[in-house]
Amino acid sequence: MINPFEIIETINMIDKENLDVRTITMGISLKSCAGPDIDEVCEKVYNKITTYAKDLVKVGEDIEEQFGIPIINKRISVTPIASLVDALDNPTVDNCVKLAKTLDRAAKTTGVNFIGGYSALVHKGYTEGEKVLIESIPRALAETDLVCSSVNVGSTRAGINMDAVKQMGEVVKKAAELTADTQGFACAKLVVFCNAVEDNPFMAGAFHGEGEGECVINVGVSGPGVVKCALEKVKGADFGTVAETIKKTAFKITRMGQLVAQEASKRLNVPFGIVDLSLAPTPAVGDSVAYILEEMGIEKCGAHGTTAALALLNDAVKKGGIMASGYVGGLSGAFIPVSEDAGMISAAKAGALSLEKLEAMTCVCSVGLDMIVIPGDTPPSTISAIIADEAAIGMINTKTTAVRVIPAPGKKVGDEVEFGGLLGTGPVMKVSGYSSEEFVSRGGRIPAPLQSLKN
Amino acid sequence: MKAVVTVVGKDKKGIIARVSGALFENDINILDISQTIMQDMFTMIMLVDLEGSELAVKQLSDKLHIIEQDMELSIHVQREEIFSSMHRI
Repeated sequence: MINPFEIIETINMIDKENLDVRTITMGISLKSCAGPDIDEVCEKVYNKITTYAKDLVKVGEDIEEQFGIPIINKRISVTPIASLVDALDNPTVDNCVKLAKTLDRAAKTTGVNFIGGYSALVHKGYTEGEKVLIESIPRALAETDLVCSSVNVGSTRAGINMDAVKQMGEVVKKAAELTADTQGFACAKLVVFCNAVEDNPFMAGAFHGEGEGECVINVGVSGPGVVKCALEKVKGADFGTVAETIKKTAFKITRMGQLVAQEASKRLNVPFGIVDLSLAPTPAVGDSVAYILEEMGIEKCGAHGTTAALALLNDAVKKGGIMASGYVGGLSGAFIPVSEDAGMISAAKAGALSLEKLEAMTCVCSVGLDMIVIPGDTPPSTISAIIADEAAIGMINTKTTAVRVIPAPGKKVGDEVEFGGLLGTGPVMKVSGYSSEEFVSRGGRIPAPLQSLKN
Repeated sequence: MKAVVTVVGKDKKGIIARVSGALFENDINILDISQTIMQDMFTMIMLVDLEGSELAVKQLSDKLHIIEQDMELSIHVQREEIFSSMHRI
């Protein structure tokens, strides 16, 4: 029989340290749904999603009960919708919104929390369909509840599409304005990527990539609270011990994710894709990535040393997790979404954490500037410039970076925005008051860096 | 299917009797049992075999939940694989 201490350790992780499986995400290819007639396409999309994912939520709940592991979200990701728009006879904004509403309806029928893939990959250039889809994003997000959207504007291989960067600044701004009554909530469902990954199970950036199969199960694990509690036991020890402790904990967390992924794949009769080894915080106290950094000895997240602490954490999580799962993928690393992390919220409110520091942190963490509320009067060109900066970090460092900012209408620095649930509370953060207008307006493409020439 | 039943709480009379009684009433065989005092808390861990019993994990934990509330304990029922996968390579 298994050692009683190990059993109690697992139970404590779940009961007291917020260990959970953050998401089971089913990726569904919609390639077979393409066609010229919008109504036919919508019908095919709805039928395919609701057929493939009909048991997803039930299976998730069954596994949760039998293993005693909370599984917080069940989600769906689909082929980037822009490819369906490209095949339409009449690719208009109205037709795109119709597709978004179809996704929303399918998500509601299956009972999932979110559906991702209202997306376009335009890192090198636009097709006609992609252009229209991007234009439709603000309306699509404002007029649906569960649809998430993402746009890839750059990659290490292709460089950065600055026309798309410019347009995305305007799209983000417009999405916020269309949902002014919920303080710009649509922007919480919109991510702008550089080096987007095809098998990410986490929202809002999940989509079912071009190289993926018909249907797949991806699982995202979490557990910042568990890592924090493990580090409490090695107070004052050197960094070798810190890294070792994180690795051991990450191994255990990931093994649980692997078990859930295999079980879900077996029960749904869908191939297992990957486990995403991420530390994804929630606003619950004790489930924060910032608190891990503070446990390492940083007085308040954002102080000098934060980037080094995050680099160690991110690397150790991967090293620990990689052996625990047969297939690791997705974003795999520590997330730093400000409004979703109790420690980040507190640091931002105290003035310890600035946008500039967060940008530095994105060089060494899993994704990017995430869930950051900025003043409602921020010009679109400034948002575009923020996107360009992040995309540059991703492009040069051959990593995924993303921007999910919310220019909350009518809000100023010092105000606070409440999104509720897992999306938390965001203090409005200061952006530079100097203009980037001329820079952003140049247009064209930033050439791919030397790093891209690997052949 | 094997499951692990974990009972943690303040020591008092009748914990083992009630929990094992509930398992017996539902035709569940106890394969292994270990009981200790851990950090001043009564801790009992049972490995049970659910084959032959009509109760699934969920129903079993619902039954034990009544004892849990009655005796102010914390009782978990989980499939064995979670522990073996987490702690064994």
